[in-house]
Amino acid sequence: MSDERRSVAIHVPVLARVEGEGALDLRIDDGDISELRLRIFEPPRFFEKFLEGRHYAEIPDMVARICGICPVAYQVTAAQALEQLFGVELSPWARAMRRVFYCGEWIQSHSLHIHLLAAPDFFGCNNAIELAKIAPDEVRRGLRIQALGNALMDLFGARSVHPVGVRIGGFHGAPSLSRIQDMRDRLRDALPEAEALIRWAATIPMPQDDQAFVSVALRHPGDYAIERGGIAASDGLLIEAHDFDAHFAERHEPHSTALFSSYRGQPYLVGPLARLNLNHDRLPERIQALLAESGLALPSRNLFHSLVARAVEILLALQEALRLLEHYRLPDSPWVPVTPRAGIATGCTEAPRGLLWHRYEMDSDGCVVNARIVPPTSQNQARIEEDLRLSLLNFGLDHADEALRLHCEKVIRNYDPCISCATHFLRLNVER
Amino acid sequence: MDAQTAVKPRVAVHKFSSCDGCQLALLNLGEDLLALAARVELVHFAEAGPLDPDTEVDIAFVEGSVSTPEDLERIQQVRRHSRMLIAIGACATSGGIQALRNGADGAEWVARIYSHPEAISSLAHSTPIASHVKVDFELWGCPVSGPQMLAVVNALLLGVTPRANADKVCTECKRQGYPCVMVSRGVACMGPVTRAGCGALCPGLGRDCYGCYGPAENANTDALATQFDHLGLEPQAIVHRFQSINSQAPVFLAAADKARMGCDE
Repeated sequence: MSDERRSVAIHVPVLARVEGEGALDLRIDDGDISELRLRIFEPPRFFEKFLEGRHYAEIPDMVARICGICPVAYQVTAAQALEQLFGVELSPWARAMRRVFYCGEWIQSHSLHIHLLAAPDFFGCNNAIELAKIAPDEVRRGLRIQALGNALMDLFGARSVHPVGVRIGGFHGAPSLSRIQDMRDRLRDALPEAEALIRWAATIPMPQDDQAFVSVALRHPGDYAIERGGIAASDGLLIEAHDFDAHFAERHEPHSTALFSSYRGQPYLVGPLARLNLNHDRLPERIQALLAESGLALPSRNLFHSLVARAVEILLALQEALRLLEHYRLPDSPWVPVTPRAGIATGCTEAPRGLLWHRYEMDSDGCVVNARIVPPTSQNQARIEEDLRLSLLNFGLDHADEALRLHCEKVIRNYDPCISCATHFLRLNVER
Repeated sequence: MDAQTAVKPRVAVHKFSSCDGCQLALLNLGEDLLALAARVELVHFAEAGPLDPDTEVDIAFVEGSVSTPEDLERIQQVRRHSRMLIAIGACATSGGIQALRNGADGAEWVARIYSHPEAISSLAHSTPIASHVKVDFELWGCPVSGPQMLAVVNALLLGVTPRANADKVCTECKRQGYPCVMVSRGVACMGPVTRAGCGALCPGLGRDCYGCYGPAENANTDALATQFDHLGLEPQAIVHRFQSINSQAPVFLAAADKARMGCDE
């Protein structure tokens, strides 16, 4: 570029391969970023308002509708919060199967993101159908893994989008032993495929980036945290879900229908890379060895490692599901009875895209007085803006508009933003 | 081969206000997705990558409800560019779960959630696609399933009208031999008034149907509301049964209004 101090405008009406609708405004004046805003304009759907007055038994079916890609996260978080308030002790069977069910969603969502949304960028393809022409085996493998995740959700929920199996106190039904045996065979067969996926993901050339940020994720003393644990941050914070408000704040910016979250006044990262950064010591040995082999050093300060992180978590979820189904026995009852109680219920789990926090105030009849839901994408929103600013400067503002746009899209996709959850899709308007 | 490629039907998938779950009926097809891509030309499907919202297509699938001033204009555009428009899912056919706001004071809700309410662009009502433009076929369900979507695509590829099964969930439930949860356990099941298509998933797990496929044809909601009353449901609970995923479907809306009169007594 001959003139580095230019002022230019680029308008990209829609950014593809994210879940939902949003836009990016980028303005470059005299070779500097003067404005950078991630605008989420998914229409508000007011879930928190229409949950008011609803009976606790309706909540899992209603909150599932916040997101078609991660309904299990919403159902399990709500159930966990309410069960804790009602003093319900899940049976060991139900506790284990909630984790298996959740693993299904991680496998499905991560494989969808890697193969259909993120990977095409790194092969110069516009979409997965083009990618399937140059990497047919890899894309087909990805689609098979995604299908297995769906099948796992289907086992407990009868379908993978808005499953119908979760109830407060456990599950409505328990899958038969023969279906579990069949699932175990499929999970076993998928393990080498998932290992090959990690190796493939690690060979995809990624931009080099190095940014300082705080990672936030659940942490559990024994497990790689998915459906339980305290909230941890890379600066040493470790709190219970009910203390969330004391450390994290939400604010509304006029350019977005999703609320922005901050931790100690700063943006922070949630999601697969944050989890891996905080919890890699909780991974089984076999996966740690594969990680070492892949050359990924943790904690990582390069968000482009999110793709490998998702591949790692797919293998983890497959192994966990297999481990927990190994000695499967039909329970006497898949659920325990529940007696509602008035009070505040808070719950927190790791949705595929990161920390998901729910808070319900309940009355003594078991109906919602008010509800608050903090999804992962709104927590990442401020971090995405910060990352875009830093990584664009690192990438160089003198690149052609088209290259800048593609780089922005890659950065944004690292977060797998689910704008449906945060309120949904992106338009990029660059001015300089 | 080139001649065949040239006649592949052009397909668009548009999203309005929704959870993205019905698009997943396509994205979750697994390897069948690649087979589908070989039979049709996916010209616009933002979540999957192709972006060309204003191009002429043979079939437009529309997910989501109309809920913002911009949506009003956009749905007209989609209609103008599409030979066939197919509304998929509860949001597109009844306004969806977010239509629960239709009975509420939307402005007050915005003010309660957002500190800059003036920046939020949202219509007072969330409405189905057919409230705004001619819809050639409606596929009900929250969510629609992959097999349902493929059946529609296959019918269209063969040049026949897709078939709508507007019968009741009970018919699917009986065929599979599930014990009736209402008769055997007194559970307030919506199956008798709810459209078939899911395969009676909920009774299959021993629980109540909650109406996510919308009203069946000739749904006798009066009789079902009476049955719910006999089972001991309070009037408010009966209202909630009809006011959930498909609250603005006229049959469910009328049933809820009737039950609400019981709340006032």
